[in-house]
Amino acid sequence: MSFFKVANLGINFGGVVAVDKVSFEVRRGEVYTIIGPNGAGKTTIFNLIGLIYPATSGQIFLEDKPLTGSVPHRIAQLGIARTFQNIELFEHATVLQNLLIGRHRHRAASLWQELLFTPAVRRAELAAREAVEQVIDFLDLAKYRDSLVAGLPYGVRKVVELGRALATEPRLLLLDEPSSGLNPEETDDMAFWIEDIRRHLGVTVLMVEHDMNLVSRVSDRVLALNLGTVIAEGTPAEVQAHPAVIEAYLGKAA
Amino acid sequence: MRFLFKTDYDQDIRLFKHGGQVFWYGLLMALLLAAPFLVDEYVMSQLHFICIYSIVGLGLMLLVGFTGQISLGHAAFLAVGAYTEALLQAKGVPVFISLPCAALFSAAAGLIVGLPALRLKGIYLAIATLAFNVIVEEVITRWEGLTGGNSGLHLKPVEIFGVTLDGDAGFFYLCLGLTVLSILALMNLLRSPTGRAFVAIRDSEISASCMGVNLAKYKTLSFAISAALTGIGGALYAHKVSFISPEQFTLLQSIELVTIVILGGVGFLHGAVLGAAFLIVLPQLISLAKDYLPANVGGTGLQAVVFGLVLIGFIIFEPLGLYGRWLKVRTWFELFPFYRKGMFRRQKSYMKSERLR
Amino acid sequence: MSQVLQLLLAGVAQGCVYALVALGFVLIYKATETVNFAQGDLMMLGGFFALTSSVILGWPYWATIVFAVAAMAAVGMLIERLVLRPVLGQPAFTVVMITIGVGYVLRGVVTMIPGWGTDTYTLPTPFSEGVFQIGEVIFAVQQVAVIGMTAALCAVLYLFFRFSKLGVAMQATSQNQLAAAYMGIPVRRVNMMIWGLSAGVAAFAGILLAPATFVHSNMGFIGLKAFPAAVVGGFGSVPGAIVGGLIIGLVEAFAGRYMPEGFKDVAAYVVVLVVLLLRPSGIFGETAQKKV
Repeated sequence: MSFFKVANLGINFGGVVAVDKVSFEVRRGEVYTIIGPNGAGKTTIFNLIGLIYPATSGQIFLEDKPLTGSVPHRIAQLGIARTFQNIELFEHATVLQNLLIGRHRHRAASLWQELLFTPAVRRAELAAREAVEQVIDFLDLAKYRDSLVAGLPYGVRKVVELGRALATEPRLLLLDEPSSGLNPEETDDMAFWIEDIRRHLGVTVLMVEHDMNLVSRVSDRVLALNLGTVIAEGTPAEVQAHPAVIEAYLGKAA
Repeated sequence: MRFLFKTDYDQDIRLFKHGGQVFWYGLLMALLLAAPFLVDEYVMSQLHFICIYSIVGLGLMLLVGFTGQISLGHAAFLAVGAYTEALLQAKGVPVFISLPCAALFSAAAGLIVGLPALRLKGIYLAIATLAFNVIVEEVITRWEGLTGGNSGLHLKPVEIFGVTLDGDAGFFYLCLGLTVLSILALMNLLRSPTGRAFVAIRDSEISASCMGVNLAKYKTLSFAISAALTGIGGALYAHKVSFISPEQFTLLQSIELVTIVILGGVGFLHGAVLGAAFLIVLPQLISLAKDYLPANVGGTGLQAVVFGLVLIGFIIFEPLGLYGRWLKVRTWFELFPFYRKGMFRRQKSYMKSERLR
Repeated sequence: MSQVLQLLLAGVAQGCVYALVALGFVLIYKATETVNFAQGDLMMLGGFFALTSSVILGWPYWATIVFAVAAMAAVGMLIERLVLRPVLGQPAFTVVMITIGVGYVLRGVVTMIPGWGTDTYTLPTPFSEGVFQIGEVIFAVQQVAVIGMTAALCAVLYLFFRFSKLGVAMQATSQNQLAAAYMGIPVRRVNMMIWGLSAGVAAFAGILLAPATFVHSNMGFIGLKAFPAAVVGGFGSVPGAIVGGLIIGLVEAFAGRYMPEGFKDVAAYVVVLVVLLLRPSGIFGETAQKKV
């Protein structure tokens, strides 16, 4: 049984082929990275996995169960969480509230119980807070707990978004350019966290990333895309040395 | 300034965060309960209206302030509630059945309006709700067999277990009780997953759905709850004015209801109550002022001008509304003398496009 | 057959007025993403300016048009400068509420001005009463004039947007404010001009509408009918506004003739609901998804 599999995935935007017959498989517990120049279709693949765009062709499987044809919120309920390239947080809520929304998929009470705030709802809330506090501890967000997201610096917001995804207790974590906009120190922290997420939380990570230092440091395997098609797959070192990858980034040698 | 030392997650969850709140809200409640014995009939009547509009305001606040959906059609839900109550009362249905029915029917109407909301955003949603309002108004006018058309319907005072609540006190306690219940219900909702899902939808739909929030379900739910509260408000309103006709539920009424939310402060439950109180008190102040103004200025147009200016003034100078103003005043006293002018200033963007390009 | 043609004519004439008000909505929406709920009230004020110059001052019709349009353009720019500019960049709903406030103020102020007040007035026009007949269809000169003047205004606007420097700058600003600002277009001033233009168009609509509805402080509520017109056409599309206005005018004319009583008043809103259900961004509207 494969953990997560993408088979022949493709999408056209009005005749432009953005992703063309992309197939790959992510093994349980690994960090799998997709790299490629701008416009290679990396984020589009994430949006296809999240069902934000309907795929023109191909299939996506989580533990051999097809995801295509489902609806976006089901994806999260199945245990796939993601972050966004340009940060999509709930701006007018506090960090704590943002992380608590991450717990949404564990909601059990009915509307009537919530309107009356029955003891069961209170217990669930306490449990949710306990889980969220663990994420806050893990990512060192304690001092921002009650701040509004709108006022936080970019680097912190990036971490909050990671925390929100972790609060869902995902099985598969999709990180869309986790290091973009971060300074070297923050990138270093991010690398530590990604390693910890895999090692201590046992979460499988699928990542899109540009920073090759970060990629080689944390990834087990790398997939290189160019213009919507796969050009190489393998260990970070293998992919970096692959002639097609070098050509895609630097152009053809004269 | 009060510092809360938190040692327990429950301190984040409980409704009253500290003893001070218990004291002040208790005092307010005690004053309100004693009001029928302290103030005259006229003030009581205004208090009735404030309670009724607070309930409606709370409904709108949930939808506009917490779920981020626009509605310019809430007068239609008010009408559904009012007419349900009037018709059921005429059939002899007791109020503790007819009132929930009013809420239920309005909620059903809310579900119907909520459905297009799944596909519509921003201004298109506003127009759709506006269209709904106009159509409901027209249906009420034309369906004379049921609604009496333009000649309207009369209502008798509320009767509970054979006791007629025609006095000021009885009806006031009914309105007050329902207002407090609505506030408690919404506070409960907002501290549980459903309320957070609403806020998530308000701030980023795409992110909300990636966190597992079913957009369709929660948007329609928000519309339904909002409409249900408005329906209860409508039923009480019908009893209060004892005569209802289509022209009480026009688009202008809808707009006035939305101003409750804007004037009170978008995104605060307190704002709904403060806004309702302001909306009721403002006309009284205007009619007081009329005596001192020349005849052509103090005519029918004065109310519109003042109302418009207040609305514009609030949006430009106090976007957080009355409750926001109160927060600033309170912070000023708490921090005295260290309050800084920019403490509540929000960052201004050059232009926030909703065209999603 | 002649009856259908007759209805067509009436519908198009009424639709032209809706189209002009809708055009005002669209111009402002395209430029500033603000839906101006006071558009109908601007039209009303334009009607009163026309009334002043024509009845009180006794000016000829063409001078009345020039005066009312110019005066309203000034009012429009003033409103933008005083009320809208301070809230630039605030959420759309907030800005909508502020225009609603402007509408209230305009309706109220009109009743306070001596000589205007709460009464209803007729605005004399050079083509008030005449009719002529082609085949079996009776043409009211009034209706033909409305259609002709609307067409003329549309042509002028088209040429303005296509060839004048200011028109092109306005188009650029509508497309992308930031980019326009980088290209050296004074975006704020252009926004002000657009409000002026839109208010001027509203005044024109008011003059065309006046013979049908008379001039009074609540005539602006017809602007609410223009909403459906703008939405049906897709809020960001100028040709859409014209087409939408005509559609709503025609639907109303035919609904008034062939549907039960009362349907005429809601026909526009039923149409808009149906259109929104089928195409959430109107017929000519652009559908785009947020990028993440």
